[in-house]
Amino acid sequence: MAERTPLYSEHVALGGVMVDFAGYELPVRYPQGIIAEHNAVRGAAGLFDVSHMGEFTLTGKDALKALNYVLTNDFTVMDAGRVRYSLMCYPGGGVVDDVLVYKKGNEDFLIVVNAANKDKDFEWMSANLDDFEAELKDVSREIAQLALQGPRAEEILSSLTNEEEIPRKYYSFRENVDVGGVKALVSRTGYTGEDGFELYCAPVDAVMLYRRLLEAGAPFGMMPAGLGARDTLRTEAGMPLYGHELRAEYPASEAGLDFAVKYTKEDFIGKSALLSRPPQYVRIGAKVLDRGIVRENTPIFTSSGEEAGIATSGTMAPTLGYAVAMLRVRAEYADAELFAEVRGRRLRLGRTQIPFYKSETYKR
Amino acid sequence: MSLYFSKSHEWADVNGNTAKVGITDYAAGELGDVVYVELPEVGARANAGERLCEVESVKAASEIYSPVSGVVTAVNTALEDAPELINEDAMAAWICELEIDGIPEGLIDEDTYKAGL
Repeated sequence: MAERTPLYSEHVALGGVMVDFAGYELPVRYPQGIIAEHNAVRGAAGLFDVSHMGEFTLTGKDALKALNYVLTNDFTVMDAGRVRYSLMCYPGGGVVDDVLVYKKGNEDFLIVVNAANKDKDFEWMSANLDDFEAELKDVSREIAQLALQGPRAEEILSSLTNEEEIPRKYYSFRENVDVGGVKALVSRTGYTGEDGFELYCAPVDAVMLYRRLLEAGAPFGMMPAGLGARDTLRTEAGMPLYGHELRAEYPASEAGLDFAVKYTKEDFIGKSALLSRPPQYVRIGAKVLDRGIVRENTPIFTSSGEEAGIATSGTMAPTLGYAVAMLRVRAEYADAELFAEVRGRRLRLGRTQIPFYKSETYKR
Repeated sequence: MSLYFSKSHEWADVNGNTAKVGITDYAAGELGDVVYVELPEVGARANAGERLCEVESVKAASEIYSPVSGVVTAVNTALEDAPELINEDAMAAWICELEIDGIPEGLIDEDTYKAGL
């Protein structure tokens, strides 16, 4: 039986089409449809319920050391009030999850993990903390999360809060911000490729915060947005999704996320395995040149018919007007002419940059 | 000329021994934004209740079943550049025309179809 977020009734009242996602009943779309929601986020703003995400606190004298050991990024030089993206690996180099780390203080961190990986992550991290004086707690049930995303997000948030309390820099956050009468942790982060915020609050306050934001956003053209738009937006932005670009059986070094894997730091789980063998696969972007859509798990071939790999995500990109896919292909075929096989047809692919889409209004 | 429906949410507009077929507004609403229609090939054989073509929404590809048996004589190429026509008016957005073997059993009229939704 799927769980419900505190906003379940709000989604139903708005006409949301509810689906089971990572054990939660969430809206895949509202009556306006995925493309309208997607376009609202690119052109104005969208409001997402992401309360299914997991949150852990890690506190104690060795919290920093523990993070540097369990996660791939380096958290040594990091100010309080900052957010950092990281991967978490198995000793063999495969990916346990991708996470966001919020530094509240030298011995006080918040870790945000994927909903589907919550329990697995908690067990994995706990099992690797024995040598550290640090306490890990799963606080997922104590936190609801909303994502306010889009070029008008800051204006919308400003209408509900003291402007000085809005985090200015990308990947920074403020705690205990009063947003329309609700206390929230506000971070300038997101999963859409646009400027925007993620707001963490108590579940009991989630409905009020959601309604306040919907009201405040309506004059700006903001729409409630569902999982469908979240996926097309993150795909256009070239952002990886666990289970697609990231998997336990894919080494972290093959994900194209080297900025988040710091081989220069002392040691971390997976380091020696990752260093011991060069990446066999690469993550590249492709535009579909023929008519059709290349979806996840579509096999990718070279012109001579050799298996090059698979598409890990793919969609019609509403902002771009053509279909795109992220591919996981053998490194030697990264620059080759590639084809996707869709229902017996071979579709031509053109290599493109990731991200496929870059916001013009917001520079990181 | 008469309009028939299948329980799998396709329609067939039959005129003598030819029929234009498409999906219903209900089906289009369930699919969401249609972004690609993989049209059948002219000359291809279609069998009632079997796969005719593929309609893809943002989220997924869905098989469309042929409401009639026959041979495809024309396809609606307008859907190649404007698949959204299916969302705008699915009853007008025919997918293909077939020369049909007859009216298969099991098709229903509009009132019966709508009553079953």
